[in-house]
Amino acid sequence: MRARVLIRPKQGILDPQGEAVKRALPALGFSGVESVHVGRLVELDVQDAAQVQPMCEKLLANPLVEDYEVQLLDGGS
Amino acid sequence: MKFGVLQFPGSCDEVDALEAARRVADAELIWHAERDLKGADAIIVPGGFSYGDYLRAGAIARFAPAMESVIEFAREGGVVLGICNGFQVLCEARLLPGALLPNTNLRFTCRQVELEVMNSGGTFTRTCALGERLSIPAKHSWGRWYADERTLQAMDESGQIVLRYAQGENFNGSLHDIAGVCNEAGNVFGLMPHPEHAVDKAVGGSEDGLKIFNSMKMAA
Repeated sequence: MRARVLIRPKQGILDPQGEAVKRALPALGFSGVESVHVGRLVELDVQDAAQVQPMCEKLLANPLVEDYEVQLLDGGS
Repeated sequence: MKFGVLQFPGSCDEVDALEAARRVADAELIWHAERDLKGADAIIVPGGFSYGDYLRAGAIARFAPAMESVIEFAREGGVVLGICNGFQVLCEARLLPGALLPNTNLRFTCRQVELEVMNSGGTFTRTCALGERLSIPAKHSWGRWYADERTLQAMDESGQIVLRYAQGENFNGSLHDIAGVCNEAGNVFGLMPHPEHAVDKAVGGSEDGLKIFNSMKMAA
């Protein structure tokens, strides 16, 4: 089973990477970008999908400052 | 009295910490894979890039065998200092409140900073006066300390905010200019600036860092 974990800065916490990207886009001619947030993507092939959430709590994300979302995908290896 | 200084793959300030500690007491390095703290009376988790700082700074080092012993040592009241990456490791281990985030300006910055002592009664600053200024170098790119409002209020009430950046010195964007915090019991302390680099006026800009090590010696 392939699991995809999306990790983002918690809402309300300043995300300087997102801000830097947001400021760069108009310079390239892209207008109307209202917000940008930069996070991390972790992809895992696991035997037991139930372990992914505890992995997030313990290591993959820091729940004090990050939100995470687990997506379970078919296939994988 | 003996300091134990942890050494992870990727640590780079452990020898300076060792030499700084040796100016006030005995000190010995402890390799990350060891569980034996070698009879140390106080532990220093040093600066650097433990395990490459992969994932998040300090996230993987927090599970090192030596850290498991340090967590137990701290829970029994043992004196533990985390400097820079060591501060990040102690936050990841939940021995200290909050988390360290990338500097607001997204830059690695190396400079001398002026700090103000906000709590002079504790384990790590008992040789300082309240409001005293310490001049200590800082060098990091992940030093923006953050905690939620409720945590911050509780910390403020129990005197856990030990050091602040003086006015105009908060280059990393830390919440409320906070540079160093301790746990509720007062036996674990972390800060982003490097007291171990400020033990000799010729190279550290001041000797103010020695006050931290002397305080620990008195407490341990």
